[in-house]
Amino acid sequence: MSRRPGFVLEVDKSTPPTLFWSGESFGLETLPEGSRVVYAPEPMKAIEDPYRAIRQALLQPQGDRDPLPALLRPGMKLTICFDDISLPLPPMESPDIRQMVIETVLDMAAEAGVDDVQLIAALALHRRMTEDELRHALGDRVYDAFAPHGLLTQHDAEDPDNLLFIGETDQGEEVEINKRAATSDLLVYVNINLVSMDGGHKSVATGLASYRSLRHHHNPHTMQHSKSFMDQPASELHTANWRMGRLIAESGVKIFQIETTLNNDTFPSNFAFLQKREWEWSLRDRASYAAASKALSKVPPRMARQIFHSIRSPHAMTSVQAGEVEAVHALTTANVWAQQGIEVDGQTDILTMGLPYICPYNVNSIMNPILVACLGLGYFFNMYRGKPLVREGGVVIMKHPTRPEFHPGHHPSYIDFYEQVLTQTVDPVRMHKEFEESFATDPWYVHLYRTGHAYHGVHPFYMWYWCAHALTHLGRVIVVGGDPKAVRRLGFSPASSLNDALEIASDVVGPSPTLTHMHNPPIFMSDVR
Amino acid sequence: MSTLLFERSLPRFAAARVASAFGSGRGAGVGPLRLVERDAPEVPSAGWVHVDPILSGICGSDLATLDGRSSRYFEDIVSFPFVPGHEVVGTLAQDTTGALGGPLPAGSRVVLQPVLGCAARGIEPQCPACQAGHVGNCGYIAFGHIRPGLQTGFCADTGGGWSSAGLVAHSTQLYAVPDQLSDEDAVTVEPVACAVHAVLGAPIAAGDVVAVIGAGTLGLLVTAALGHLATAGRCATPGAVLVGARYPHQQRLARELGGTEALPSDQLGRAVRRHSRSLSYGGAAGVTATLSGGADVVFDCVGSPESIAQSLAMVRPRGTVALVGMPGKVTVDLAPLWHREVRLAGAYAYGTERGPGADDAISTFALAFDVAAAQQTGRLVSATYPLTRFEDAVTHAGSAGRRGAVKIAFDVRKGPIR
Repeated sequence: MSRRPGFVLEVDKSTPPTLFWSGESFGLETLPEGSRVVYAPEPMKAIEDPYRAIRQALLQPQGDRDPLPALLRPGMKLTICFDDISLPLPPMESPDIRQMVIETVLDMAAEAGVDDVQLIAALALHRRMTEDELRHALGDRVYDAFAPHGLLTQHDAEDPDNLLFIGETDQGEEVEINKRAATSDLLVYVNINLVSMDGGHKSVATGLASYRSLRHHHNPHTMQHSKSFMDQPASELHTANWRMGRLIAESGVKIFQIETTLNNDTFPSNFAFLQKREWEWSLRDRASYAAASKALSKVPPRMARQIFHSIRSPHAMTSVQAGEVEAVHALTTANVWAQQGIEVDGQTDILTMGLPYICPYNVNSIMNPILVACLGLGYFFNMYRGKPLVREGGVVIMKHPTRPEFHPGHHPSYIDFYEQVLTQTVDPVRMHKEFEESFATDPWYVHLYRTGHAYHGVHPFYMWYWCAHALTHLGRVIVVGGDPKAVRRLGFSPASSLNDALEIASDVVGPSPTLTHMHNPPIFMSDVR
Repeated sequence: MSTLLFERSLPRFAAARVASAFGSGRGAGVGPLRLVERDAPEVPSAGWVHVDPILSGICGSDLATLDGRSSRYFEDIVSFPFVPGHEVVGTLAQDTTGALGGPLPAGSRVVLQPVLGCAARGIEPQCPACQAGHVGNCGYIAFGHIRPGLQTGFCADTGGGWSSAGLVAHSTQLYAVPDQLSDEDAVTVEPVACAVHAVLGAPIAAGDVVAVIGAGTLGLLVTAALGHLATAGRCATPGAVLVGARYPHQQRLARELGGTEALPSDQLGRAVRRHSRSLSYGGAAGVTATLSGGADVVFDCVGSPESIAQSLAMVRPRGTVALVGMPGKVTVDLAPLWHREVRLAGAYAYGTERGPGADDAISTFALAFDVAAAQQTGRLVSATYPLTRFEDAVTHAGSAGRRGAVKIAFDVRKGPIR
């Protein structure tokens, strides 16, 4: 059976209730008649022999690049950088796509006699990965060959000895990136494009940069003018990264970009019902839903979190392209759209979304309230091209428990951001002006980022800035089932049920609003006409 | 005349102690405090006058006394039976001169400076502390022509504010209330003076990180004093004033009174760490761990073992912890105090404050009036009760924070119950 494209369902009397995620649980909600439900396209067919496809891509590069073997020679300095734990979501079944690509690159390097090879996890300001996480991403063979010798490192954006100032763009943006990567004869970047925001010049200009450099585009102004940041030509975030990337290239840093795309086969078979359309649920799907719902309602949130974070996604590679950054990324973006794009006619007054247990910044961790906001208003809201799914002045209704829980080791500055910043302002511009620098340069956060597994001190600000476009666009944000105090702390309105939320929303959008539900994940991108 | 009298009674004292286990202030109903009919005390000597209380506050030290939980240290410096109430705004019954030397005609509104120092006790020559103007440190508070009592409200001869019969006060204890101050503002002047004294006694330098633990009356007034005295040039301007406040209304008031941040007490250490740009020993969260640096000055306005331990955890090496809240017998690990050479200093009462200039001495109460007027500290008076409802009043005071209140006072005026 051929793959079906995305689908926009209009709810009528015969429509069964719709699945809503809510953190580490899910439930069924009955949407008003006339509502729309947007379903993701079905998974694209996976590449049957990924290793062969990767090898082929390296031998037949895009743009102005020689095949990889021609760029490799004895005595050269080769650095392979790769995306970190934030991709893909959920973490994929082994072998991870990074492992497959890096093994292939290393084979070619070995054949060429290259012996100065180092691997760097491109963390930007994310937390350092654990050994288990690195082993999962790279495979034991690669890990054991490099890590014990100090040749597998994680980018340290606070290590002055290992940062190199490249220069300033014509817009005055300072570009400072990892010195080892910048001074290598060849920098190979191994990317996973889960969403269209990823990749391109953003890989190096962000993933290997310092705070000094990142602050030029990770700020409220840029994010308010990225409409959306999932659509590169319309994204100020990407425009800045492209300027920086081109400066890096002009400075002589030779980058060989390898980008991969995945299908949206998100959940393993025992959770397959989560990515099906409800009216197509089989008896087995119904039984699985009932069993899972009942079990999750019985276990404490902490255990439910452990269950979900143990999920390994059956994501499979749908494309791989390598070579010059911009040429590669153009193909990648097209391939992402081929999997995720869906046309939607017109905007809606109310956009509903159930937020799952995971976002890029809480893998093996806790989804704290700031990340809840970021997932809903940063990621889901921005999954569009053209114009947002919800009209200006409209309402977003998110379902999530929004517990005021934080992982103290991963998100220490988030706790202080929640207690000391959000209590004073939810305005991204004000917090940028009054608080950002003190968090970004706080020696304790820096220490925890460099030596522990903590996100950088400034990271919660960036997550809030990710919401900046939505915050200026929307008339109200309502959270169903969230901890009322935490929801109010975020500046949103709490509601105990979807019906309550619709009642609250009517103050903003009137008594007969249009409603669209994002049946997400699996993720999709709306092309709103 | 209705008077609340506190008598020496060991069974009632024991009952109060048991009752207070169910909540602060619960000792009032079963303890040694009784409502009696009693005349005004007689003036002990020349220089003393009668004062008719208008409002009289319920202080933390009163609660500790009523609950049978105050330190045995005080046993020899109080005399029984006494009428509590040392936070008093009242009306003068006779003409006199005030503490600042000016005439005070009968009918004037006055605030009581309750310490019974050498002047009130008729002691000549005065003790060194009183000679230096530090009446709070008077060494003769159990001597002289009145019975022992560190303050009015703890002395058998003076009466106290919790009585419609009135009290007697020495002229050196009386301060005229400016017309623009409400009765509520005025009844807070005594605790404001405590806060002023604590702030001016602390070695605060410009840009310092200052932490205030507790946001009951004293914590909020220390916050208010920090703000006003810095503005008035009486002390350096801190870089940040961080207030640990348990309840939302306390957090709001702390911010209104000049706190840079007001947040739950369990978050205060984190805020101090961030503002002092310190590292933290033990625990990535840095919630209770000792800091590499910390606050330059911590005002402990609680005085519990927990708050003292918290103070020591968040003060910087060679910093100062000022104990403003009245402590009792506590068990605290003093290793950090020793290792970090922390100064742990008491901050009691008031007297004379040294200004920026060598000869610029000023009465603490004079400054307290300025703070009360500028910060409108009367807003902290959340409820007043008639003396007849003393059990309700004391229970309310004992649970003030939880019930959204700050300062509870008795309305002692004759006439309709407010």
